[in-house]
Amino acid sequence: MAENKPKPKVKKEAVQMPKQPPEARRKNFDEVALGYNETQALEEASRCLQCPKPQCVGGCPVGVLIPEFIKLMREGKYEEAALKIKEKNALPAICGRVCPQEEQCQKSCILGKIGEPVSVGRLERWLADWERSKGVKIGAKATRTGKRVAVIGAGPAGLTVAAELTKLGHGVTLYEALHLPGGVLVYGIPEFRLPKSIVRAEVDYVEKLGADLKLGYLIGRIHTIPELLKTGFDTVFVGTGAGLPSFMNVPGEGLGGIYSSNEFLIRVNLMKAYAFPVYDTPIRIGRHVVVIGGGNVAMDSARSALRLGAEEVCIVYRRSREEMPARQEEIENAEEEGIICKFLANPIRFIGDEKGWVKQMECVCMELGPPDESGRRRPVPVKGSEFVMDTDTVVVAVGRTPNPIIQSTTEGLAVSKWGTIVADENGKTSIEGVFAGGDIVTGEATVISAMGAGKKAAKAMHEYLMSKK
Amino acid sequence: MYKIVSKKELAPKIKLFEMDAPEMAAKAKPGQFLVLIIDEKGERIPLTLAGHDVKKGTVAFAFNEVGKSTKQLGLLEVGDSIWNVTGPLGVPSEIKKFGRVLCVGGGVMIAPMFLQIKALKEAGNSVVTVLGARIKDLLFCEDESKAVSDEFHVATDDGSKGYTGLDFLKELLGKQKFDRCVCMGPVAMMQKVSEITKPFGVPTVVCLTPIMIDGMGMCGVCRVTVGGKMKFGCVDGPEFDGHLVDFDELVKRQRMFLPEERLSSLLWEMGGCKCGGK
Repeated sequence: MAENKPKPKVKKEAVQMPKQPPEARRKNFDEVALGYNETQALEEASRCLQCPKPQCVGGCPVGVLIPEFIKLMREGKYEEAALKIKEKNALPAICGRVCPQEEQCQKSCILGKIGEPVSVGRLERWLADWERSKGVKIGAKATRTGKRVAVIGAGPAGLTVAAELTKLGHGVTLYEALHLPGGVLVYGIPEFRLPKSIVRAEVDYVEKLGADLKLGYLIGRIHTIPELLKTGFDTVFVGTGAGLPSFMNVPGEGLGGIYSSNEFLIRVNLMKAYAFPVYDTPIRIGRHVVVIGGGNVAMDSARSALRLGAEEVCIVYRRSREEMPARQEEIENAEEEGIICKFLANPIRFIGDEKGWVKQMECVCMELGPPDESGRRRPVPVKGSEFVMDTDTVVVAVGRTPNPIIQSTTEGLAVSKWGTIVADENGKTSIEGVFAGGDIVTGEATVISAMGAGKKAAKAMHEYLMSKK
Repeated sequence: MYKIVSKKELAPKIKLFEMDAPEMAAKAKPGQFLVLIIDEKGERIPLTLAGHDVKKGTVAFAFNEVGKSTKQLGLLEVGDSIWNVTGPLGVPSEIKKFGRVLCVGGGVMIAPMFLQIKALKEAGNSVVTVLGARIKDLLFCEDESKAVSDEFHVATDDGSKGYTGLDFLKELLGKQKFDRCVCMGPVAMMQKVSEITKPFGVPTVVCLTPIMIDGMGMCGVCRVTVGGKMKFGCVDGPEFDGHLVDFDELVKRQRMFLPEERLSSLLWEMGGCKCGGK
């Protein structure tokens, strides 16, 4: 009997997510992307082809079962859909906002070959927000194993490990050095891209699962890893993140008005300097702000500076637009807001006024030579092309190097020549029972790759714990 | 939350708090510091440790009520709590037998200096102590320091007690050989002492207090130039070779946020910001 099934019409175009208009959002710290409503979410979900062999799942560092959650969502089973995501990803409201989906799940979506891929991130975000608005439910707690785990760093990697291992019944203590949990999610990524209330809710979820969160504990100084292992912890996970800011080592970097991107973003995000003097930590933004670098951190810094009242914000990057490591979406957002990008230029010195405050920056023009070890074309200075720019605020966003405190206080821990902790693909380090993952192992990368590393490490740690008597 | 267990006024506007923090007390060493935040809206305040008692499970710190946050801190009483504290932070002081050590402490930093004097004495050094202040009323810890020092001097900027200024140190250094000098005080004092000891070739350690936020190597605001190289006060220090520190840059960097600090302080004096965070 031949079924007279109408051929489904493929919707080539994705449902756009509403955003605050540029002229409004450049004056506030509210979230730029407003999220789908239910109708929009369902319409976008209807575009998924439900491939028998889905390519998207393989593109996700934590392997979220994408077609499955979309199917449940289409059936109106929102709670089940949200739980389906949480089987693989403990922090969906965050990932739905800050994951570079265009490089991951959405990159391998079949629909992307004939039109726009399914907006997986926007659907994940909608479901996570729906779940949060209804009150997140915690499933039945696993039987306690009696094993104790210390997780160092409450950022994306650490929170993932804590969530995974708590769910398996292990006793997890999560040590965070700062006064708030979340790591880069609270000190680095601005409110307009990731509201802090969402981070707080995701951390609350991890705490509700049973993890014990300790704030203000700098491991390496108050307790060392060998001490943790001696005092009853069966295993330790190190997820201490990207660490110390890099500078360019050019004359004048000690002048006032020159911030590292870490300092700038910590003041604004963690310490809420945009609300000074209600909050005690100040920040000073001049009229002509220059941000040096081409990554997401540079975009975040530039867009924050604009919101803090800068007249003009200019991003100076030593390569060209094509080599910019920032997400395309963020570059577009920044440009829509009026941020100027100056490519193929590199600072060579800063010039200060009599009070020691920066007033000018001298740059040299660059041209692109043959590719370097990163595969990108190496920028080379053009002789005699020096020029001077007026500026009163500079944010240096040229990367970070690992914080050395753990490495220097843990004897026998293998460290690379870049200062990162050496760990295998399951997070195993040179010390038995000590695992590591995220930026402290890979150098600066993304939130989701840190979570992926946390997930793999949690699996290996669980196996380690269960094999240990 | 960290409970305050004792409060003492050392000199006008200089207070010493002892706080319940057993884990920190067990690990604290002279030369280290902590970072505290009074409440959710507070800034992160770095303060050098002025003592720790493992048995009582307490740590002590002194502060000078100069800005909004320190004035607010000074109003806390025994039994009140501080929202969040991180420590111990920074590299501990090198405490060993050097021989004869010149210890110069000034201002609020006399409190942590005293801790160091005791430790250096216990390590078998012959300790010559100099305490300094702007005026005699701001001096404290004199009897206690004298009791553990082999030689003891006082200096004030205005000459209201002891020597006037620090130039007498040249005589002191000319008379006897010193193996080390440790100076903890205002930048001007540390710079002056470093300039005086340099021609005598006495290795001089200064304890820097640059602006800090996290205090654990993240923000880089505490960067100082030492021997032409960029160092971070919080993780490479807080102690550095006084003969190599670029003090002029340090002074300028410490004053970067002076207008904001004054505004904050003024609003506080007027009864605090009334908008309630809205």
